[in-house]
Amino acid sequence: MSNIFKLATRNLFRYKRRTLLTSMLITLGVVAVLLFISISGSFKALMVGQITDSMLGHIQIHKKGYLASIDSLPLNRNLSGKQLDKIIQVLSGEDGVEAYSMRIRLGAMFSNFTETTNIRLNAVTPTDEIKTAPLLTDRLLEGNKEGLIKQGEILIPELLAKGMKVKVGDAIVLVANNKDGSVNGQTFVVRGILEGISGPGGRDGVIHIDDAKSLLRIGTAEVSEVAIRLNDIDQLPTVFASLQKKLGSMKNKQGMPVFELHTWEKISPFFNIAKMIDLMTFFIKIMLVAIVLVSIMNVMVMAVYERINEIGTISAIGTLPNKILALFIVEGLLMGILGTTIGTVISLVSIAAMNVTQIRFDFGRQTGLLLSPTIGVADVVLVVAMVIAIAVIASLQPAWKASRMDPITALKHV
Amino acid sequence: MSVVIAKQLVKTYVSGDIRVEAIRGVDFSIEPSSFVSFIGPSGSGKTTLLNMIGCLDPPTSGYLQVAGQEITGLNREDAARFRGEYIGFIFQDFNLIPVLTVFENVEYPLQMVQEWPKQQRKKRVMELLDAVGMADQGSKYPSQISGGQKQRVAIARALVTNAQLVLADEPTANLDRETAGRIINLMKQMRDEFNTTFIFSTHDQRIVDSVEITFTLEDGILHRQETMLEGMAGGDDV
Repeated sequence: MSNIFKLATRNLFRYKRRTLLTSMLITLGVVAVLLFISISGSFKALMVGQITDSMLGHIQIHKKGYLASIDSLPLNRNLSGKQLDKIIQVLSGEDGVEAYSMRIRLGAMFSNFTETTNIRLNAVTPTDEIKTAPLLTDRLLEGNKEGLIKQGEILIPELLAKGMKVKVGDAIVLVANNKDGSVNGQTFVVRGILEGISGPGGRDGVIHIDDAKSLLRIGTAEVSEVAIRLNDIDQLPTVFASLQKKLGSMKNKQGMPVFELHTWEKISPFFNIAKMIDLMTFFIKIMLVAIVLVSIMNVMVMAVYERINEIGTISAIGTLPNKILALFIVEGLLMGILGTTIGTVISLVSIAAMNVTQIRFDFGRQTGLLLSPTIGVADVVLVVAMVIAIAVIASLQPAWKASRMDPITALKHV
Repeated sequence: MSVVIAKQLVKTYVSGDIRVEAIRGVDFSIEPSSFVSFIGPSGSGKTTLLNMIGCLDPPTSGYLQVAGQEITGLNREDAARFRGEYIGFIFQDFNLIPVLTVFENVEYPLQMVQEWPKQQRKKRVMELLDAVGMADQGSKYPSQISGGQKQRVAIARALVTNAQLVLADEPTANLDRETAGRIINLMKQMRDEFNTTFIFSTHDQRIVDSVEITFTLEDGILHRQETMLEGMAGGDDV
């Protein structure tokens, strides 16, 4: 086999310029794909990280029907104490769960004593919320980040703070209806201003869960949702399936499901953007396949055509057809390996250079987001394997033609 | 035992409605270590006959035995194996592989066809290069040597596998007179040294003058077999 590699290498260098140009084309394709995967992957990971780590968590559990009416933040669809006990029992036995946070979500009137507006609020237990949404404190533009929040304090979204001209330390009043329709009000001190981010809950305020219970006059254990953080987001499908099996299948006395479980993907509209990025990556890969296929096939067709007489000679002196086939396939393979190797090296160096230069970008209202392109070994291996496989496939037809060539016809070819 | 035996050998080419009878039932035999030529005008069937003996083109009918084996029914792979084992080829245009050195060109059949071990290959190639007077040119590429030298390399390549039979199609056509003479002498010398049968298809009178047996072909029919013994020409109708 080493003889075939030696001969194939010599043949490739017979037409140096053509080999170089084709390899460069493959290199360009590989660089384009790897850089796109790394940059889009970085953007996607950044956005997904922001959404899950500062807001949604990876999985949420609600009472069945809550999400369909989430716009009105219905308090009558909260999870009861008994249901919460069941959830806690299941989550405690689930290895992939790192933390979970129980939240009451409510709408209220927000008054600075001169003006009044609406506000959507997330009422949380600070210690649990910090574990479940560790980047939430990073969204604090002003105010003390330590411990997230205490009773009597409120974190308000930056747009509301600007609109209502409220600063850290100011007193405000929240007025809310409980599920029976009675109204209650409570004074809070603004502890911090929260940066608004894209997606559901990205512009909600935050209060302590005990304040929400007192404001809404909830005497029992009752929450709107349980947000769950996993040890590893890659385990999402497995853990979700397990929880869905244990909780999603539970029925009430009427035979209706008790809980509904959703991954962040079902809750956040960013998932569609993420899917779009995946789709674009797929099409870029298709383009790479086309580039490699056309360029290698073109070169190999030419190589066979130019060497018909030579094929006749080696065939006449006894070279078996499968060796002639292997010879041309190896030429395509080597060209694929050459282009891919150079492309991979350039891509990895470029990714490292981008990380060193710390490129920043804006997305929507978010500015100065740091681009940290990374690429997994699996992605590199996949692209490399794909290009090399396509190079071999592209060589197959010309190689087959060469191996089946009639030696007499080939020897007559000028 | 004859190295080539042909009985009622026929080759017909069919292209659409047109049938061309290139060889029309020829009978002949060639003894081992002989120096034989097929002569005749263009289109007489010399090359077709050589191709059939060389297992490159199967006969349409008849019997053809080469190196003790009937080759009429061989498939593509077996024919290639047979050629690699028993037959050497010398071409008019030398047909050396341009990306391989002189040494590697001669080594090619041992390496890619017969798969000899490296040390034995090296020894055998050097032996052949020495025999054809090219031992000091082994590292050169075909583009760096003359036409005569190329044909010497081609002769070495044809003989390196210990082929029983070397088929040479117009081996001197692309050489000047002096070089052609030297190449003919070299082939004869190689025949004497390695006991290999040389069969030529040629128009070159110098080859005809130097061979021991000459078959004359006209319109696919073998007309005469002339036997030259020590410079004396004799003739038999076939």
